[in-house]
Amino acid sequence: MSTLLECKDLTKTYGPKTAIDHISLSIESGHIIGLLGPNGSGKTTLIKMINGILTPTSGTLTIAGNPIGAESKKHVSYLPDHTYLNMNQKVKDVISFFRDFYQDFQLERAHDMLQKLGIAPEDNLKSMSKGTKEKVQLILVMSRNADLYVLDEPIAGVDPAARDYILNIILSNYDPKATILLSTHLISDIENILDEVIFIQNGQIRLSSPVEDIRVKEGKSVDTLFREVFKC
Amino acid sequence: MAWNLDSDRPIFSQIVERIQTDIIAGKYKPGEKLPSVRDLAQEAAVNPNTMQKAFAELERIGLVFSRRTSGRFITEDIPMIESAKTTLAQQEMNRFLEMMQKLGYGRDEILNLLNRTLKKD
Repeated sequence: MSTLLECKDLTKTYGPKTAIDHISLSIESGHIIGLLGPNGSGKTTLIKMINGILTPTSGTLTIAGNPIGAESKKHVSYLPDHTYLNMNQKVKDVISFFRDFYQDFQLERAHDMLQKLGIAPEDNLKSMSKGTKEKVQLILVMSRNADLYVLDEPIAGVDPAARDYILNIILSNYDPKATILLSTHLISDIENILDEVIFIQNGQIRLSSPVEDIRVKEGKSVDTLFREVFKC
Repeated sequence: MAWNLDSDRPIFSQIVERIQTDIIAGKYKPGEKLPSVRDLAQEAAVNPNTMQKAFAELERIGLVFSRRTSGRFITEDIPMIESAKTTLAQQEMNRFLEMMQKLGYGRDEILNLLNRTLKKD
């Protein structure tokens, strides 16, 4: 197990507001990690900095030893919380787009998953339901051979049955040497697939722990602990 | 279908209990090959590292053994499976007796009740 992602004293401010407040964190390879926190706690800001979409105000952030940039992006596959695909395209168009863009894109894997879900390469993105669009995007992201998969709210917009399927996609494509960092509010749906959780609040890390330790020490689920820690 | 696991208790020990029960109940036969960590993790919808840990524990107990290249197998030691069965049965009995005592039944009453229930079936 080697350190995959490391941030030291990482801070991001938007004008007078501090979104990420001096976070130091180290994430190893080979884990599935839940990034959990209430709305506005800084989850997406942190994720955007990991992907080079936002620049830190201060502090450092490295992935596999590289500062955020072209090199780090080769290692990271990112599912944003909003879609960025051109909706006037067909599935096969976005697939060839991804294939051109990423050297590590596995065409066969993508086709295999699409087929299992009954999505045809000729299907138009525009005419798909929200849940199907989310599945297509997740398939694109999981079809890369990355070291780090960063999934921002991967199951937010889909029904419980589709949620199970999405978790199945994540588990079946998960390379034991890679790490998945995923943010969500739907803790009870995903907590059994996590190794670790990071609770984030007001831009600071409130708790970082293996999930089984929480169950052993507290005798409660991650979902219950979350509700207690962040009680309004 | 994901396994029905209780998130309040360590997932690791629930997986161990579940596979142990499957072995005792004969769902997995002695000498039979276990599915891979990856496949079973997917079936159960749990983290593969947790499944791996559960497999290691089953190996430590002796119910499962691994062959370096070909995977993990159920033990062929029948007396060992029998003794695991007895232990599990004893645990169930203790749980039952504890509950009956909580309800206020004495030993003789429990025996009478048990006999009557068994006759009805």
